[in-house]
Amino acid sequence: MATKRSPISQQSCDGVDGHHLLVSVSPHLKADITVSRIMWTVVVCLMPPLILSIFVFGFQTLIITAVSVASCLATEAISQKLLGRPVTIKDGSAVITGLLLAYVIPPGVPLWMPVFGAVMAIFVTKIIMGGLGFNIFNPALIGRAFLVATYPVAMTTAWLAPIRNVAIFRTMGAGVDAVSSATPLYVLKHYGMAAVKEQFGSGTSIYTDFFIGFRPGCIGETSALLLLVGGLYLIYRGYIRWHIPVSIIATVALLTWIFDGERIFTGDPLLAVLSGGVMLGAFFMATDYVTSPTQRNGQVVFGIGVGALTVLIRLKGGYPEGVCYAILLMNPLTPALDQWFKPKRFSQGAVQ
Amino acid sequence: MMTPLATFPKGGVHPKENKDLSNALPIETMPDPSKVSLFLKQHVGTPCQVAVPHRPDPRSDHAIDDNLLFSSEHPGALFRLLVDKKDRVKQGDRIGEIGDRLGAVLHASVGGAVLGVKNILHYQVGKAPAIVIRTDPEAVAPIRMPVDWRHFSREQIQERIAAAGIVGLGGAGFPTDVKLDVKPGVKLDTLILNGAECEPYITCDHRVMVEKAREIIEGAKILLTVLGITYCAIGVENNKPDAIAALNEAIDRADSTDGFKIEVKPLAVKYPQGSADQIMQSITGRVRPSGQRSSSIGIIVQNVYTTKMVYDAVVLDKPLTERVITVTGRAIARPANLRVKIGTHISEIADYLGGTTADLCKVVVGGPMMGFAVSDLDMPITKTTPGILFMNHAEVDARAHGPCIRCGFCLDACPMGLEPNNIGIYVEAGRGAETEPFGLMDDCFECGSCAYVCPAKRPLVQFIRLARLEIDQARKLKEIREQKRKAG
Repeated sequence: MATKRSPISQQSCDGVDGHHLLVSVSPHLKADITVSRIMWTVVVCLMPPLILSIFVFGFQTLIITAVSVASCLATEAISQKLLGRPVTIKDGSAVITGLLLAYVIPPGVPLWMPVFGAVMAIFVTKIIMGGLGFNIFNPALIGRAFLVATYPVAMTTAWLAPIRNVAIFRTMGAGVDAVSSATPLYVLKHYGMAAVKEQFGSGTSIYTDFFIGFRPGCIGETSALLLLVGGLYLIYRGYIRWHIPVSIIATVALLTWIFDGERIFTGDPLLAVLSGGVMLGAFFMATDYVTSPTQRNGQVVFGIGVGALTVLIRLKGGYPEGVCYAILLMNPLTPALDQWFKPKRFSQGAVQ
Repeated sequence: MMTPLATFPKGGVHPKENKDLSNALPIETMPDPSKVSLFLKQHVGTPCQVAVPHRPDPRSDHAIDDNLLFSSEHPGALFRLLVDKKDRVKQGDRIGEIGDRLGAVLHASVGGAVLGVKNILHYQVGKAPAIVIRTDPEAVAPIRMPVDWRHFSREQIQERIAAAGIVGLGGAGFPTDVKLDVKPGVKLDTLILNGAECEPYITCDHRVMVEKAREIIEGAKILLTVLGITYCAIGVENNKPDAIAALNEAIDRADSTDGFKIEVKPLAVKYPQGSADQIMQSITGRVRPSGQRSSSIGIIVQNVYTTKMVYDAVVLDKPLTERVITVTGRAIARPANLRVKIGTHISEIADYLGGTTADLCKVVVGGPMMGFAVSDLDMPITKTTPGILFMNHAEVDARAHGPCIRCGFCLDACPMGLEPNNIGIYVEAGRGAETEPFGLMDDCFECGSCAYVCPAKRPLVQFIRLARLEIDQARKLKEIREQKRKAG
């Protein structure tokens, strides 16, 4: 019995007089859930932030996202063809990578940048490692890290100021110097909280703006509200668990509150959670099945690690935002966490 | 607000039950088939260490001498047959003897002429020796008169159970008399009757509980008498309210002055509720330590249908020659709960129920979660067959499997806390022998929960079986090397 995959064709399934019966191992019932159903559900959950970004930053966010998704699909198909593997672009995982890659780059970048990012994300991070299920790092984040390293100017300055009225009519292909605007985290890092309040509004309006998504930032990271809705839906469906997102958000909030103020315990935890990529990372990046632990306690440790590294990079690192690198640094710890936190064996509860 | 139903905490899945195809159909009796094939091994048994008569070719269909048979599955196991070719037997005649070894005796399930011993297709082990009897339509079944079992001593009850060839009818097939033969010094306090019937589609235990509740309760008292304890809990999944009601009514009607306490425990519907470990935990909260028997935590578990057979054996002196099976699925013309003779061929059962529909896709012997798909209907049912499923295209999921995406669903589903995902990955990488730390040798009972929930449709049960084979091989190699080193 070879363990190679052998697709069971439906044609062996034409039961007549007991000579063409399908034979397979038990169980003979399977749950409805499939890999592609999970993936496409995630894709649907990622749509609202994209739609909002079109209104806030302009039509080119859609163009960038489309280019990114198409590049990811093309990279996967071409590389699998060249390597003689079955082409698996229908499973939806490359579409998710394409979306997430677009969501973590600024809205004012030139269109060839997502193409490079896609090749890096899909080919180098996933296909070379062995395809779906074998990558160590989150593909979209490797794509972003590569772009930050190679095109640092575009990746750290191509921000656009949000527009409160309909921004769809903003001229397409607006360059890097369109209406550039620094991100809140950049302002906070270099000019302090007072400057943030001055630039983005004070009182409660800054929080509501940031919560809904009216702030400069990467394409898909600005709207905490819509990301929260999508993430909660995935948790409700049972596709992801609450442990990773909650532990990331709680850790970021706690450590920011302790260390990010003028004095200790005077930081602004709410602003820290609502800015940067915390929401997107917590619900859609760190929860990637392949690169995160499987056990609940392992997931909590993973989330705390991501949250702590995020705050460390934000406060002491060279970048104003650290979610991407925090997740990438925790990804390779996943096998170790799965070794340390194993499911409780049935007989461990035995009464001796 | 109702109190939550008793259940086991870890793992489990909720497959679609599909019991409505057959759970309201009263048990009907199928007429005797044209022939029966009775496997010589329909039970758990260990090979015994006796010299095997020399055989020129172990694969040949004949070369059986001295009425001694060589079982292909257990080299060295010998069964003594009590009949010869061309002998005539009556229904209920004992035809196979087990001696003092672990196993169960065999009876002719129909009256007729013995055609001999042939290697017959078996749904689990490929081919196995079976004694074939051609039915004599004229033969009449012996009439059996009930006796009062309270006159018997414990030993007499156990003898009668052993003489009837009763094995666990839930599917495992462990000889019942051996299970009841608890070593002195073992403290027991609870008898659990397993009426969970958690396998989807299967409804034979359900119908037996509804229609034979009195016999089950009486059988429970017989078992309690043998074990020398007074408390019995009957675990029934809550999706069988009529069975729970029937059992409760039978308990109320039974003589309650004999000091026995029997009660029905409704259980939450969750697969595999009917596994011995899980039902013990659901009802008593106790957990069996790995590698030990259930009696070590004071419990004996018996299937409800086995209990009914114990009643038949002790009160009516009736051997195990027939059983109720659920013939169901959307590709059989008429689903039924059918009382059939052990050894009846599936093809005859299908014909009796009007044949199969045109879109028949898969035939499973047993339940859908742990049963065996067969490619040929010309094979007999055994003492441990709970049912036969005729599935059509719509019911069969024949999608090819993909790579593991490490979602961890199988870790949540496994009731024993094993790691099916890792076992599968190791086996695919050709390193199945290294999977022993995952505990699959002692704890996995191949319930299929992991493969049921897997979104990538990976055949995890198959991977586990392969891993077991590889671990076995590695152990044997190690032994051989040790011996060589010592000799060297």
